Amino acid sequence: MNIVVCLKQVPGTTQVKINPETNSLVREGIENIINPFDTYALEEGVRLREKYGGKVTVMTMGPSQAEAALREAISLGADEVILLSDRAFAVADTWATAYTISRAVVKISDFDLIICGRQTIDGDTGQVGPELAEMLEIPFVAYVSNIEEIGDKLLRVRRMVEEGHEIIETALPAVITVAKEINVPRLPSLRGKLRSKSAPITTWTINDLDVSEDMVGLAGSSTQVIKVFFPQRVSQAEILEGNLENKVDTLIDRLKGTNLC
Amino acid sequence: MDYFFTDEQKTIKDLARQIAEERILPVRADLDEKEEFPWDIMNELGNSDMFRVFIPEEYEGLGGGCLELCLVVEELSRVCSAVAVSYAASALGCMTLMEYGTEEQKQKYLPDIASGKKIGAFAVTEPTAGSDAGNIKTTAEKVEGGYLLNGTKQFITNGGEAAIYTVIALTDKTRGARGASAIIVEKDTPGFTFGKKEKKMGIRSSATSELIFKNCLVPEENLLGKPGLGFIQAMRLFDKSRPGIGAQAVGLAQGALEAAVDYAEQRVQFDQQIINIQAVQHMLADMAIQTEAARALVYAAARHVDSGAKNVTEASAMSKVFASDTAMKVTVDAVQVCGGSGYMRDYPVEKMMRDAKILQIYEGTNQVLRNAIAMNLRKRKGRTA
Repeated sequence: MNIVVCLKQVPGTTQVKINPETNSLVREGIENIINPFDTYALEEGVRLREKYGGKVTVMTMGPSQAEAALREAISLGADEVILLSDRAFAVADTWATAYTISRAVVKISDFDLIICGRQTIDGDTGQVGPELAEMLEIPFVAYVSNIEEIGDKLLRVRRMVEEGHEIIETALPAVITVAKEINVPRLPSLRGKLRSKSAPITTWTINDLDVSEDMVGLAGSSTQVIKVFFPQRVSQAEILEGNLENKVDTLIDRLKGTNLC
Repeated sequence: MDYFFTDEQKTIKDLARQIAEERILPVRADLDEKEEFPWDIMNELGNSDMFRVFIPEEYEGLGGGCLELCLVVEELSRVCSAVAVSYAASALGCMTLMEYGTEEQKQKYLPDIASGKKIGAFAVTEPTAGSDAGNIKTTAEKVEGGYLLNGTKQFITNGGEAAIYTVIALTDKTRGARGASAIIVEKDTPGFTFGKKEKKMGIRSSATSELIFKNCLVPEENLLGKPGLGFIQAMRLFDKSRPGIGAQAVGLAQGALEAAVDYAEQRVQFDQQIINIQAVQHMLADMAIQTEAARALVYAAARHVDSGAKNVTEASAMSKVFASDTAMKVTVDAVQVCGGSGYMRDYPVEKMMRDAKILQIYEGTNQVLRNAIAMNLRKRKGRTA
């Protein structure tokens, strides 16, 4: 069973700071990590490989520094890694990202299952997985919490829904995004870590993919970030004066004046 | 301080630290409280190849030596000394096999130890044989089809949990210590059972058990090396393993030092953090000096062992004695710095202080080791090489 796992390198913090002049994330002094949700995708991929054989190919799109995330993926069990890196890919929205990844997947051609994390902790959209399936014209299941069965060209999964779960059967190949309930990711192994240091990283640029320049990166993006800012915090506390009875009466009047009750 | 580790050694140390912080730290107090053997963590250590560190590459290991083992033990012990000793005792359990075993014996047992599928244990101590290790009574009588073991081993680390035991028993009881031999005994061999599981002051989640042999028949091919050399094999084993106890002590002292500094930083008395008080500063400084000195000695001794030097008794004994005395002192002082809180089980230094005491006792009491050091000192007339 050949599995493709998509992952993204993200800033390892929830304390995101934005440079107001450039509208971009302040990355200085912040360590990059594999998007935590993607570690479940990788773990599930490696477990399926251990059970059914085949290989796990990990793919990421990003600057050359993203190589570190791919090396870490090798230490966690990935067999092969591919870095999609080109200036032309930069500043892509989810659509252009999914498109670029879909072209790379087409180039791999031999795959049974694509696993993604449910969303990233930086962009938070959760869109790349479903868009990728749409572009590849293959089935998609989100929030998978357990892989129940894999048969010949058939996949049965449990997926989380708001009040319970659904069991879904679908044809393969397919794309799934996984929830963190699906497994507990392993720690790296020493042999994996030692191998990861010298393992070859395949890098594909725009010239390696069957894409045109206006379909990728900023040019291929349907959305653009105009401005990134922190919403201003306005605190409007009012301390009521008078005795208790007056205060209660005033409060009730005020509440009636709002749409709250 | 930079100890000039290779990239591989740094990788081993970093991963051991990651496992300790992510998987052991959250459960260490619970493990101590329940006195439960940390199987989940042993499995994690196995999956992360930590048991491969001390096994030669031919047997699916990574081919590391004493220093690499020390790095793992130190990092594990920094968070939990009980986990560290359970790990290290597996190495102890197969070191005699690695040194004296035949190719068949090594192929049979070492790959499973390397993967962490099975863990090992070493058994010499008996009710009558502690520091006087030559006074063992367990016999291994040569009979048709192998050796028949009878007797009781006491205080055996990993006892009951390990699958592979290296047991020192008398194959010729007329010759005393010179009639002792090292024999591999597998768990579930008929006639081999476990007695009392000890309740201990510290390292409580490690397993310490009696091994009871009653007409336990072990195949002849389980004998390690030549009969009659068991006592010497055991002494040589401890010469090589003692820096590991030193590393356990250094890790423990380091953990206690960190806890004490953290506490002194946040505890306010007399309107100031107590780390601003010179009396506390001097205690912390002394703890740091002693810990670093112990670390340097342990690494030096481990490298001496790995160099293949002929006589390592003195260096390894020194590293064990100095580091364990340091761990005892540093953990006592860590409790002192943390005051009343430090005495409470909610704080980690209380456990660390309990865990430290055994380090001055096992793998040769510090008194017995001082005897060995003094004996060597007389031989070399106090001169350095």
